[in-house]
Amino acid sequence: MTRSSAGRLAALAATAAIPLLVLGVFFVLPVGGMVSRGFVQHGRLDVGGALAVLGRPEIRRAIWFTLWSSLAGTVLSLLLGLPAAHVLHRLDFPGRTWLRALLVVPFVLPTVVVGVAFELLIGESGPLGGLGLDGSPVAIVAGLVFFNASLVIRVVGGAWESLDPRPAEAAAALGASPLRVLRDVTLPALRSAIVSAASVVFLFCATAFGIVLTLGGLRYSSVETQIYLLTNTLLDLQAAAALSILQLAVVVALLVAAARLRRTPDARVGRSRVRLRRASLADLPSLAATGVLLALVVAPLAGLVVGSLRVDGAWSLANYRALQTPGSHQALLVPVTTALMNSLRIAVDATWMSLLLGLTVAALVTRRSRGGGERRLRSVLDGLFMLPLGVSAVTLGFGFLITLGRPPLDLRDSPLLIPVAQALVALPLVVRVLVPVLSGIDDRLRQAAATLGASPSRALLVVDLPVVWKPLLAAAGFAFACSLGEFGATSFLVRDDRPTLPVVIYRLLSHPGDLNYGMALAAAVVLGASTALVMLLVERLRVPSVGTL
Amino acid sequence: MSARSFHSFARVLAGAAAASSLAACSVVGGSGSPQAATDVVLVTHDSFVLPKPLIRQFESESGYHLVVRASGDGGTLTNKLVLTQGDPNGDVAFGVDNTFATRALDADVFAPYDVTLPPGASQYVLPGDDHRLAPIDNGNVCVNVDTTWFATHHLAAPRSLGDLVRPAYHGLLAVPGATTSSTGLAFLLGTIGRYGDAWPAYWQKLLANGALVTDGWSQAYETDFTQGGGHGDRPIVVSYDSSPADTVPQGSSTSTTKALLDTCFRQVEYAGVLTGAANVPGARAFVDFLLSPAVQKALPESMYVFPVRSGTPLPPTWAKFAVQPRHPFSVSPARITANRDAWLRQWSDLVSR
Repeated sequence: MTRSSAGRLAALAATAAIPLLVLGVFFVLPVGGMVSRGFVQHGRLDVGGALAVLGRPEIRRAIWFTLWSSLAGTVLSLLLGLPAAHVLHRLDFPGRTWLRALLVVPFVLPTVVVGVAFELLIGESGPLGGLGLDGSPVAIVAGLVFFNASLVIRVVGGAWESLDPRPAEAAAALGASPLRVLRDVTLPALRSAIVSAASVVFLFCATAFGIVLTLGGLRYSSVETQIYLLTNTLLDLQAAAALSILQLAVVVALLVAAARLRRTPDARVGRSRVRLRRASLADLPSLAATGVLLALVVAPLAGLVVGSLRVDGAWSLANYRALQTPGSHQALLVPVTTALMNSLRIAVDATWMSLLLGLTVAALVTRRSRGGGERRLRSVLDGLFMLPLGVSAVTLGFGFLITLGRPPLDLRDSPLLIPVAQALVALPLVVRVLVPVLSGIDDRLRQAAATLGASPSRALLVVDLPVVWKPLLAAAGFAFACSLGEFGATSFLVRDDRPTLPVVIYRLLSHPGDLNYGMALAAAVVLGASTALVMLLVERLRVPSVGTL
Repeated sequence: MSARSFHSFARVLAGAAAASSLAACSVVGGSGSPQAATDVVLVTHDSFVLPKPLIRQFESESGYHLVVRASGDGGTLTNKLVLTQGDPNGDVAFGVDNTFATRALDADVFAPYDVTLPPGASQYVLPGDDHRLAPIDNGNVCVNVDTTWFATHHLAAPRSLGDLVRPAYHGLLAVPGATTSSTGLAFLLGTIGRYGDAWPAYWQKLLANGALVTDGWSQAYETDFTQGGGHGDRPIVVSYDSSPADTVPQGSSTSTTKALLDTCFRQVEYAGVLTGAANVPGARAFVDFLLSPAVQKALPESMYVFPVRSGTPLPPTWAKFAVQPRHPFSVSPARITANRDAWLRQWSDLVSR
C-alpha cells in the first residue's frame, strides 16, 4: 500500500467517523444489547439453542410467508411504480405535480392510519366488504403495494428525470420501436435506480409490521410479527434474537446481491435540460398502470376523508374542530394541534440530521475509488447504513431502553433521541436518493475543474452542487415527511407530555367513544395533508433549468 | 460561474438560511428538561390519564414534580420493567395487571412497600404477593352485545360463552387477539377459567363459528363492532363491563349495549415502587396518592375502570349501566405464570391455521 493510498483511506475513515459513531450508538449498541441477551442463557453463551428456534414449525411458516408476500409486494410495486415513474417524470400534463405529491403520501403514513383506511374500505361494512378481502393475504399484499409503489416512483423517477434523452431519441430516430427503446436503452440506463428501489422495497415489505398485523387479522405471521410476539408478549429473547440475526443475515445477503447487480457502469446521468413531452398513444399502457395505482392509493385515502367528515350520519366538521380539545374522557394529555407542532419540530431536527449523515455517506460511497481495498471499504460502508431497515422497531426500542440508560450514555431522556432514531429510519432513503445522482456525475468533470484551477471546494460547488441540489431537496422533503409519519421507533421513545401526531392518532383509536374515533380519522387526514403539502413544496421548488452550466 | 448557476447557488443559500431559521424552533434548539431531584417518575401504560387539577394537587401537596412515561400496553410495560430491572426507567410503576404481574414479581422488579390499603382494597391483593404491589383499580373483560341490533333482527342475544359457538351467532363476534392485546389475553384467560384444559376445543369451535380476530381492542370495538365509532357489522364484541356506560346516545336514558356478566374475567391493575428507584419517598407518595379518595373517584371517567376503595361514588351513567359481574371467571396467578407462554403459543397456532 502506497503512502498516498493509506492517506486516502485515513481521510475516508475520518469522514466516515461521525456517521459511524451515530450508527454505533443508536443502532449497533441497542440491537447488539438485545441480541446478546438472547444468546446468553443462564450466564452461558448458547448460540445453538437460539438457532434451534429456527426449526420450529410456526417460525418456518413465518419465514415462508415473509418471503413470498414480500416478493409479491416488490414485483407488484415495480409493475405499477415504473410506469407511473415514467408518466409522472417524463410526460407533460396538467396536475402532474399534484399527482406526484399525492402518490407519495402513502409511504409516509403511519401503519395505524393505513390499517384504519383499509378497514373502512374492505372491512365487512365497507364499500368493498363483499369481496371478502378482509384478513386475506391479498389485503396484505395490496397494503404493501399501497405503501411502497411511491418509493419506486420517487427513486426511479428521480433518475429518469435527469436521464439524458438523446440516446433514446437517437435509437428512435434509427427506427427502434418504443418498446425496443425502453428495453435496450432506457431500462439499462435506469438499472441502478431500479435495483436500488427494488431492494429497498423488498426490505420494507419484509419488515412491514403494522400492515401484516392489522390487515392479516393475526392469521398470517411474518418474521417481523413473530419478533414482536416473542419480545413483547412472551419475552422469549432467545427466539427473538435468533430471528433478528436471521433478518440481518438476509438483509446483508440482499444488499450484497443488489450491489453486484448495480456494479455494471451506469449510463452517465446527463445534466441536459429535461424536456417533458405530451402523452402519445404509445404511453397508453403506462397511463393505464398509473390509473390502477392511483385507484389503489386514492380509494383508502378517500375513505379516510369521508369518514372524518361524517358525524352521526351527517356531514360535519365537528371532528376537525375537536382537534383543539383533548378528546372525550380526556383521551389525550395535549390536543392534536399541539402534537402536530411537536411532530413538526421533531421533523425539522430529523431532517437536518438525516441529510447531514446521508450526504456524508453518499459522498463517501460514490467517490471514485483507487484500488480494490478502497472500493470494498466503500461498498461495506454503503451497506452498513442500510442495515437499520432490516431490524424490527421492537428490538431497537427495547434495545434503547436497556443500553442507553446508564452513564455515560444516559440518553433515555434526551430530546435528541427521537429525532436521531427517525433520522436513522430515513437515512437509507436519503442515501438511496442521493447515490444514483452522485454516482452519475462524471469524475472527469471534477478533474477538468481542477485542471482549470478550481479548488476542491469550488469544484464541489460548480460540479456537484448544481446536479445534487434538486435531489437533495427531494431527500429533505422525504426525510421530513418520513419523520412526520414515523410511528414504530417513536412510540417506544416518546414522552407522554410531548407526543407526536401518529402517537396521538394511535391513542385516540384506543380510547372508546365516537368522538375519539372521529378525531383519529380527522387527525389522520391532517397528517396525510401535511405530508402531501411537504411533498408538493418539494415539487414546486424544483426549477427545470437548474443544472445547465 | 454563469449567471444561471449563480442563481441556483443563491437559491441553495436561501434554502440553507430558511433551514437554519427552522432549526431555531426545533426540539434540539429548545431546551430539554434535566431530571430534577424533586421529580418522581411514573412508568405506566398508554391508557394512563388523570385530570390535570388532581395531578397539580398531588404536586403542590407532596412537593414532588410528576413526570409521566407511557410505555405501550400492559404487557409491553411489564416487559420493559423486567428488562430494566435494577436500573429502572422511573421510580414508580402503575398498570401492571394480574395477567402479567407475576412475571414482574419473579424478576424482582418491585420493592416492598407496606402501603396502608383503603377499605375494600385488600380483596384485590395479588395472591402470594408480600407487600410489593398495591391494587389500584379493577375492571372486567366481558363479551358485549349491541342490544338494538338484536332487537331489530328479532334474535335473542347470547348470554354465555357457550352460546357464542351456536350457529345462530355465526359471524357475529369480533375479538381482539390474545398475543397482541391485553384485553384479548384476559378474554383467553376467561375461556380457560371456564373450560379448563378443554379450552383449545372451545376456541376451535369459536373460530369455526366465524369469530373475527383483530390485532387490538380498538379495531374490534371501534371498527368492527356495530356500536363502535366505525359502525361495523358485528353486534358481539369482547370489551369491558364499563363499556355500556359509553354507548348511551345523547338525550337517551338507555344504553344501546350490554355486557354479558357470565362471560367475564377480572383484571386488577397494580402500582408499586421500583427496585432501584432514585426517589423512593416520592414513589411511595405517588402510590398513596393513587389510593386517595380523589383519585379513586376519578378512575371511571379517566380510565374506564372501577375503584378498589369501597364507598367511592360512581358517575351517574356508571351507576346505571356499568354493572360488575358477581362471579367472574378466574385463573390463579400461579397457574398463569406456569402456563401463560405455552397457552399463548397454542392460541397463536390455533388462530393462524
